[in-house]
Amino acid sequence: MSTIPTEIEQAVEETNLPQRLKTELHSTLTERDVTADEAEEILQATVAQYEESRVDPLDPVGTVSAQSIGEPGTQMTMNTFHYAGVAEIDVTQGLPRLIELVDARKEPDTPMMTVYLDEEYAEDRERAHEVVWNIEATRILQLGDVSTNVADMLVQISLNEDTLDERWPTVDDPVEVAGEIADTIESALGVETQQEGLMLQFGPDEPSYRDLLQLVEELREVVFKGIEDVSRVVIRKEETDQGEEFVLYTEGSDFGTVLEIEGVDASRCTCNNIHEINKNLGIEAARESIIEETMDTLREQGLDDVNIRHLMLVADIMTNEGEIAAIGRHGISGAKDSVLARAAFEVTVSHLLDAAIHGEIDHLDGVTENVIVGKPIKLGTGDVDLRMSPGASD
Amino acid sequence: MALDTPQDLERIDFGLMDPESYRDISATKVITADTYDDDGFPIDMGLMDPRLGVIDPGLECKTCGKHSGSCNGHFGHIELAAPVIHVGFAKLIRRLLRGTCRECSRILLTEPEQAEFRDRLDRTRDLGQDVDDVTKAAIRQARKKDRCPHCGEEQFDIQHEKPTTYYEIQDVLASDYPARIAKAMEPDENSARITPRELADATGLDVSRVQEIISGEFRPRPDDRRALESALDIELTEEDMNKLMASDIRDWFEHIPDDDIETIGIDATDSRPEWMIQTVLPVPPVTARPSITLDNGQRSEDDLTHKLVDIIRINQRFMENREAGAPQLIIEDLWELLQYHVTTFMDNEISGTPPARHRSGRPLKTLSQRLKGKEGRFRGSLSGKRVNFSARTVISPDPTLSLNEVGVPDRVATEMTQTMNVNDRNLEAARRYVRNGPEAHPGANYVRRTDGRRLKVTEKNCEELSEKVEPGWEVSRHLIDGDIIIFNRQPSLHRMSIMAHEVVVMPYKTFRLNTTVCPPYNADFDGDEMNMHALQNEEARAEARVLMRVQEQMLSPRFGENIIGAIQDHVTGTYLLTNQNPRFNETQALDLLRTTRIDELPEADGVDGEPYWTGRTIFSELLPDELDLEFGSSAGDRVVIEGGQLLEGTVDEDAVGAFGGEIVDSIAKLHSRTRARIFINEVSSLAVRTIMHFGFSISIDDESIPPNAQDQVDEALDNAEDRVQELIEAYEQGDLESLPGRTIDETLEMKIMQTLGQARDSAGDIAEEHFAGDNPAVVMAESGARGSMLNLTQMTGCVGQQAVRGERINRGYENRTLSHFKENDLSADARGFVRHSYREGLDPREFFFHAMGGREGLVDTAVRTSKSGYLQRRLINALSELEAQYDGTVRDTSDTVVQFEFGEDGTSPVEVSSSADEPAVDVERIADTVLDSEFDDGEKQQFLGEGYEPTNISEHADDWWLAQSDD
Repeated sequence: MSTIPTEIEQAVEETNLPQRLKTELHSTLTERDVTADEAEEILQATVAQYEESRVDPLDPVGTVSAQSIGEPGTQMTMNTFHYAGVAEIDVTQGLPRLIELVDARKEPDTPMMTVYLDEEYAEDRERAHEVVWNIEATRILQLGDVSTNVADMLVQISLNEDTLDERWPTVDDPVEVAGEIADTIESALGVETQQEGLMLQFGPDEPSYRDLLQLVEELREVVFKGIEDVSRVVIRKEETDQGEEFVLYTEGSDFGTVLEIEGVDASRCTCNNIHEINKNLGIEAARESIIEETMDTLREQGLDDVNIRHLMLVADIMTNEGEIAAIGRHGISGAKDSVLARAAFEVTVSHLLDAAIHGEIDHLDGVTENVIVGKPIKLGTGDVDLRMSPGASD
Repeated sequence: MALDTPQDLERIDFGLMDPESYRDISATKVITADTYDDDGFPIDMGLMDPRLGVIDPGLECKTCGKHSGSCNGHFGHIELAAPVIHVGFAKLIRRLLRGTCRECSRILLTEPEQAEFRDRLDRTRDLGQDVDDVTKAAIRQARKKDRCPHCGEEQFDIQHEKPTTYYEIQDVLASDYPARIAKAMEPDENSARITPRELADATGLDVSRVQEIISGEFRPRPDDRRALESALDIELTEEDMNKLMASDIRDWFEHIPDDDIETIGIDATDSRPEWMIQTVLPVPPVTARPSITLDNGQRSEDDLTHKLVDIIRINQRFMENREAGAPQLIIEDLWELLQYHVTTFMDNEISGTPPARHRSGRPLKTLSQRLKGKEGRFRGSLSGKRVNFSARTVISPDPTLSLNEVGVPDRVATEMTQTMNVNDRNLEAARRYVRNGPEAHPGANYVRRTDGRRLKVTEKNCEELSEKVEPGWEVSRHLIDGDIIIFNRQPSLHRMSIMAHEVVVMPYKTFRLNTTVCPPYNADFDGDEMNMHALQNEEARAEARVLMRVQEQMLSPRFGENIIGAIQDHVTGTYLLTNQNPRFNETQALDLLRTTRIDELPEADGVDGEPYWTGRTIFSELLPDELDLEFGSSAGDRVVIEGGQLLEGTVDEDAVGAFGGEIVDSIAKLHSRTRARIFINEVSSLAVRTIMHFGFSISIDDESIPPNAQDQVDEALDNAEDRVQELIEAYEQGDLESLPGRTIDETLEMKIMQTLGQARDSAGDIAEEHFAGDNPAVVMAESGARGSMLNLTQMTGCVGQQAVRGERINRGYENRTLSHFKENDLSADARGFVRHSYREGLDPREFFFHAMGGREGLVDTAVRTSKSGYLQRRLINALSELEAQYDGTVRDTSDTVVQFEFGEDGTSPVEVSSSADEPAVDVERIADTVLDSEFDDGEKQQFLGEGYEPTNISEHADDWWLAQSDD
């Protein structure tokens, strides 16, 4: 090993190379026995290759990225509804999922969360289950049998002791839990509830057969514990670098609430609803999750050779305004400055009429407008104003 | 005021048009509904008035004096007998009616409110967001006011009956008010009879007046009415819908002050709201609605003309009736009819309005319909332009062409031309082209003299004309070998769908392609057609050569690897050449390399009676000298290339294939695209000669297996069916345990599918064991040329489970798939398991299930193409304005920064393969090269980025290019 001359080291620092290449150059030059001249040549060649590998100025990167994502779309399958790693949970896949992502739908077809747990909960199945009961929506119907007593105009719930014990192992007396359930019913349905041990009963204020049935119907919807939107949670043991840990996969999502739950490692949880990510973690996280979700969708279809830079560009333009904008008429295409560009995309006539009312002016900067009026577009070679002037030399 | 056609557009302003401007630009007023008189001449002031432009060739426009073709036509106008609402603005008119005062026309917002909304409007405009939300909020707030804050007038609700009728809803005294009062005065359960006197006391009216009101002789005044209502606790009013005529609305809007209008986002200078109610209707020029003369001499008018005829007729009738003093009812009917015709003239697809129809019953295509949709003016005519100098025909393969070339039929070449600027140096050539005339191949079709006069070259005048050609002329000569053209196959899904090729003029009628360019175009030769465009100026030709030529597009920006390479039989060929590393004698070896530029064999690999060369040695001849590579092949071995010599390994799809073949990719990235192009050309022709040397065919016997193997397969399948039966029994007895999160039924299905899937795989494995290594199907699957082991399994072992919507087949009759089975039969063969192989043949039930699965696949493809096409269109539309800048940022055309560095590191997606982990710039490799290799002077300069590689812009310059780099 030898030290590199300071001039070379300085030269390395002064280049435009990214930090990774600088470090690499540094270590390569130190490891190998090179003369100053050789070092300089290596440096020069690296800079040359780096410049060569950069994207060309005036490259229409947008169109290239759009094509690179759209073209594999033709090879994707429709209607695949299968597993995304977890066989137990159905998740929309393939082209429908890709469309859903670029559409920036408010609610995905199959919302889902991946919940990682804090260390103490992640290693023990029992502890992990505690978190599950706090996430999975527990409806009262699941905890006991419900019967209607038409004679006394009462709805009776006999809670199952085993179920209660299983779900609340920390509480010694299941009657305590039953009390809480009674409170939940009271606040949710607004009826007086009597409790006798594990029996709960309540009825309508005024005897009415219809009200009674109504109450039973409403009872179905009452969520005692957990998050209403999460209908199912699956626990899976997964290998990680640090060993094994339990990870929760949920059907249905409520990202904001889940992050607050005790035992959840908020720093690693994800969700397939980009709007929820945006709301709870901010636009940068949303951008990241758009990239991640599109890449996962492509990977599932065996199209993971698509360069991630294309997905980044799509995610960047979707999040450019600080909010998630859809690709299409309701998002980016509908918000373009140019009237002609909007009219040429979709809903032609109403865009023209609105433009007239608002007295809009089309400055003909974009691509579509210039195609329409028959001028060269300002992209690629059309954006170069440099001309050789014959005759003049040097 | 005539509208001049602008020469250079800088911007386009949008706004409404003032009726006065319509009159100003109008060439004539149109008053006659007829078009032509009996002699076939256009009627003056009719719809075909010659002042509106000319469509018949030879006639002169009466307005501008130009002839058809150069005259764009001129607008006329119709003076409408009564104002009419413009349908497009119906919603806005409703909003304005609701938001402004019926008396003073001011917006129903106080000054501070107005100021607030104006502020919000400015802010949203600055942010570049949609102003609609703000204006809607303003109207909503204004609507809440019961009284005008400016003049205090009471406001009524406006009801809008689509499409163009508006009512003001006012409370007026019900017609049956005496009966209502009388009824309220009658005694009922809760109250005794109320006498008129009591009523008078309660309301404070005179008793006599009360009596009169009850008898219906006197209509109570509003105040009295309210008193009566509260005294008797009844309603004496009913809602009355007061129809607002278009003229009323126009008057109303005329008085809205400019400032108020700006508050609701309307541009007051260019778009006064009263202009939304039309008093004058512009008549589009004749050129926009040309009539067609049919074969029988009858004229057929355009849809717009038909509509205008209707409008003028009703307009005339309206005026006549009004002058004759017709009853109001008739006038109103006519007014509505006029409104209907003007409405449908603008838009004939308004919901709730019956569309105006042609005599044949076809709905008319009016203004909106002309603009809208895929074939409309915007997407169909303005964004999609037609061009000259283009050709389209069927494509067919030609392996003798370079991948940069395209075979152009002579009849296309004689039609497409290139402009030659004649000078002293090319004078002779130019004359020769002209002398050949338009029919003989390298000929010319037109010449342009120095005075700008264009002359057609004909068989008759070509000899004579060729003598006259002199410097300064332009000669439109035929396409010749070496010209650059653009070639395209739809759907143009990525940029490699449009590439530049060099012309090779050929006989017959098809475009000829090298088969290695099929992957980027996604072309095959089952009848595909492609388009060719001849470039018409030097700038375009230069750009095409430098940027668009096939070799320049060799690397796909999608995954950063080559998309052009060996396909199908080429891959088989290189596999046969290198897998077993066969030996060739001198004649054979030279024969294999005959179509490459190699004309001297290297040193023989050994002597076995006579000197021999191995396949790998022969293949190595095509590699660049400095190539070092090591990678795994899809045939399963490791390929080692050192110093341009293939030392071991099989060259197959992974090495030279079209999608990321390692050798091709490395040559394209580390050497040059030109070198890679030469390599691919040579590999493909070497492979073709190799496969011809060995011979390669496939027959049905290649898929048959010995009887004992068939027995094994049958046994495996029987076992599987038994296991399925066991599963079903367990399920029926309730012994089956469900998987977590699944129902019992789902569990059973999953387990059966799994069992049958394994059965098919094991059948495939058994079959595979009995195949020889040189079985052509195996060779193809193993080399990656075509087909897979799964295909082979299905041909020889067992086709396997057929699926619809990812499940075993369960549709058809009630509780069974076919009438051949018992109800609720869950067994393998009743749910679409095909246990035969394709070679054995399917039985009828299996065939039917197979067709079901196949149908789903077809439907899926059809749905997918339309969905993904739309996705692609949206993506491109959203991203089309993005461009990398000189400073490395990515911005749109209005200079908004979208990324500060493309893809976070500024690396071009073409240069870096997304599947490999290696970075785009490999410092170690550079260091190796600098330290170890011996450069020639030029190469070193090039490597250090000081010199440039010799450019190669044409196939015809290969010799020169090769001489520059000694390889």
